[in-house]
Amino acid sequence: METDFTPIASLLGGGLIGLSAIVLLAAHGRIAGISGIVSRILSPNVDKAGLPQGIVFLIGLLLAAPLWILVTGATPAQVVSSNGPLLVIAGILVGFGSVMGNGCTSGHGVCGISRGSTRSIAATMTFMATAFVTVFVLRHVVGG
Amino acid sequence: MRIFSTLIAGLLFGTGLILSGMANPAKVQNFLDLFGTWDPSLAFVMGGAIMVTMPGFWLVQKRATPFFNDVFHLPTRTDFDARLVVGAATFGIGWGLGGFCPGPALTSTPLAASGTLIFVPAMLVGMMIAKSIAVPVLKSKTV
Repeated sequence: METDFTPIASLLGGGLIGLSAIVLLAAHGRIAGISGIVSRILSPNVDKAGLPQGIVFLIGLLLAAPLWILVTGATPAQVVSSNGPLLVIAGILVGFGSVMGNGCTSGHGVCGISRGSTRSIAATMTFMATAFVTVFVLRHVVGG
Repeated sequence: MRIFSTLIAGLLFGTGLILSGMANPAKVQNFLDLFGTWDPSLAFVMGGAIMVTMPGFWLVQKRATPFFNDVFHLPTRTDFDARLVVGAATFGIGWGLGGFCPGPALTSTPLAASGTLIFVPAMLVGMMIAKSIAVPVLKSKTV
């Protein structure tokens, strides 16, 4: 399914994500890596000291869509696959991979690259590469 | 102020994901579909974020400490290990399959698409599996 090219909205949205990362670093000295923030408050080995901040950040994240609807009157456009087994596998791989690789699109892709971290640059190039190949196989090899 | 700043950070992050289109898996997968219905928007999301964080991080780190903490919790490792590469590769496959990474998936949860409600619990289980395997080497200060 085609989606519209939205350079301005995407640039501005990216700017807000960047602003959020600055707030977290300036206020708490923390990297805005979502997989890190979430996994730290999951068992085993819950980060008890960071628990309240982690939960509050997640509440903010979860409030964004309802507030968006309240303010704009429109539901964010979204097409999510309804292929259950595929999404179970995708979810497990995303959760497992982001914790094993110490980060995801936000921690490595935005914050890590901004800090000039070679680990993050390598990780971002790696997950971009496998993601491109995966979509190619999904849509042009098996999907047809 | 301490808690409020964290709430605002979460809210900004989620709003940015929605505005940018990253909370739409179809848009993410189209970015990844170079040979099909390619939508380059996602490059602008990353570009926009990095354009803000790069100078912002530099300015913030001129301070000795963060406002509400004694130290900056920044990753210090510079070595490459198999875990980083295999983890990132695994993450990329899942990202391509579902079009969701952790931030957008969580932000999308209140919208309650059936696919999101399947993806998010699976993702949390995946994280717990990785943590239980990697706990001895997992440092709390990593990203």
